[in-house]
This record gives sequence, C-alpha cells and structure tokens, in this order.
Amino acid sequence: MIAWMNWTPTVAIFFAVIAGILAVMTVYEIVSPCTERKGFLPIATTRGDRLFIGLLSAAYIHLTFLAVSDITLWVALAVSVAWLLVLLRWG
Amino acid sequence: MQKVQNNKAWWLVLPVFLLVAFSALIPLMTVVNYSVQDIFGPGQAFFVGTEWFKEVLTDERLQDSLLRQFIFSGAVLLIQIPLGIGVALMMPKSGIKGSLCLILLAIPLLIPWNVVGTIWQIFARGDIGLFGWGINQLGIDYNYTGDTLDAWLTVLLMDVWHWTPLVALLCYSGLRAIPEAFYQAAEIDRASKWAVFRYIQLPRLKSVLIIAVLLRFMDSFMIYIEPFVLTGGGPGSSTTFLSQTLTTMAIGQFDLGRAAAFSLIYFLIVLLISWLFFTAITHADKEK
Repeated sequence: MIAWMNWTPTVAIFFAVIAGILAVMTVYEIVSPCTERKGFLPIATTRGDRLFIGLLSAAYIHLTFLAVSDITLWVALAVSVAWLLVLLRWG
Repeated sequence: MQKVQNNKAWWLVLPVFLLVAFSALIPLMTVVNYSVQDIFGPGQAFFVGTEWFKEVLTDERLQDSLLRQFIFSGAVLLIQIPLGIGVALMMPKSGIKGSLCLILLAIPLLIPWNVVGTIWQIFARGDIGLFGWGINQLGIDYNYTGDTLDAWLTVLLMDVWHWTPLVALLCYSGLRAIPEAFYQAAEIDRASKWAVFRYIQLPRLKSVLIIAVLLRFMDSFMIYIEPFVLTGGGPGSSTTFLSQTLTTMAIGQFDLGRAAAFSLIYFLIVLLISWLFFTAITHADKEK
C-alpha cells in the first residue's frame, strides 16, 4: 500500500495524525456539542474554527522556523502543539 | 407532518465527499508526498525531509516573484475596486441605455485569457498595434518588450481592461438593491451627492465589495496565461509572477520535489488569505 506512488512513512504519519485529530474532534463534538464563544481571538469561534486556526498557524510556525533558523523542527512542533492547546482552551 | 429530528441527511453528502476526496484531497496528499522527496524517475525517489522547503523559502528568485505577485495583486485591487465602483455609479439605472452598458461591460469578461493576452500583445506593439503606435506618436518612448515599467503598466492595463467590468457589474447589482426610500430620505435631508455615497451607497455595497475584493485577489494572485502570452514574464523576469515561476520549475525543469514544496507554500498563502476574507464576510453578516 505504502509503496504505491512512492508514499513515504513520514507523510503517512502526518496525514494519519490529522485524520486522527479530526476523528477525535468529531467524537468529542457528538459527546459534548460545542457552542460558539469569544476568547482572546478577535472573533467568536467554535472548537472547529480554533482547530483550523491552530493547524494553519502550525504550518506557518514550521515554515518560519525553516526560513529563519537552523533549529530542529521538533522545537517548532512543540511550539505549535503548545499554541494549539492554548488556542483550543482560551482562544 | 411530523418533522424528523436527526443528522442522517449528512449521509447524502457522502458522494460529494468521495468526489472531492479523489479530485482534491488525494492530489493534495500526493503533492505533500512529493515535497519531501527528490524524484529522478519511476522507482528512483529519495526521501529528503524538509530540504526543499528550506531551499524554496531561501530562494531569492522565488522571494522576488512572491513580492512581485503581492505588488501586482495590490495594484489590481487599488485600481479596479474604486474604478469599478465609479463605473457602476455612472451607469444608467434602467432602460435601453442601462442594458447597452451592461452588454458592453460584459464583453471583456467573455474573452478567454489567452485571447486577451494575444489582443494586448498586438494592440500594444509599437509598429503594428494601435495603442503602442499612438503612444509613440505622442512622443513618449513606449516599448513593453524592452522596458520594465512599460511591461508592468501594460500587464496592469490589460488586467484592468479584462476584470474591472466584473467589479462594476457586482457593484451595479448591489446599487440596484438599495430601496428608493433611502434616496428619498436623503433628498429630504438635502444630503450632498458625496454624503449619499458615503452614508447610503458605500455601506450597502459592503458585502458585494468583499466578494469583489476576494474574487479579484484570488484571480490576480493566480494569474498565469495573460502575462505569459503578453510578455512571457519579461523583460528579464520583471513580470514573472508566482504561477509562472512554479510552472517553469515543475514542467520546464521537471523539478517535482521543489515545485511541490513551492506549491504547498503557495497553497498556504492562498488558504490564509481566503480564510481571512471568509471570516470577514461571515463576521460582517453576523453584525447585521
């Protein structure tokens, strides 16, 4: 399966994690539906909105790390995860 | 009749979801996959991690074309949006004149991109083109194939000619949706033309304008065929915009990994800006 179209394990893990997050969020939404609320972001957001903002900013955080420094991307990942959690809780 | 309360209707979305998966998600995943590999041919792919991204982000040629792209899209919006509003305001409100204006305005929109490029390529030539010849006759040295500024102005003018009608048509429909009572009230108050525009027409055009800005931004940000036909990206690389750089890389040099990394960054920029616009639109709707 993974040899097809030169799929690499890294990319497989990347998409599996995103699919996993989406699945968990779906289940979470069914178990306890969220309501729109206003946190520190300038707009009222739902849980899904905050996840999207978090993932998008994670991409930019990684790109910024790549562009301006030689620090390992694990640091960027840690920053992104921390930012995502802050965003989901207080955003 | 008793209403059924459940979420089973979501299953009806399944066919669309599958279609989108095949037409968008899987290609996107493929691009992500290519972006972390160096591919020489079938069976000859090597995992390189984020090397391509690093290279793309620090490549001056790409930074230059990104900068050019932002300047171009900015200029397009700055010219076309006010001009489109102006044209819409001056158009007759109804009758045969109104219909005639609508038809005339819509003509540039119906012309395919490559034809627009060809039209302007000939139109702006100094020897056989009416526009180029006319400018030269005025004593101005104009040559879009040799001079950077001339090339830029020609590409901009072409885009303004091609797409301002879209903004004008959108604004025209927005203006027609303003009830007559608003104007009558303004007349009773002896509001000036400027006040009518500032406090009645402009606020009422807000949602139409957001759509116009979004459409014009996206289109100009992805522009490819028109400048490619008109100037070929030249002189030098002065009108080489992002998608042309990308195409040269992916198809001309067959540099799949680098082109994939570049496309993803391009995609992220477009995604971010579309999301900002989308949020602005939905936010504006909620405020109402």
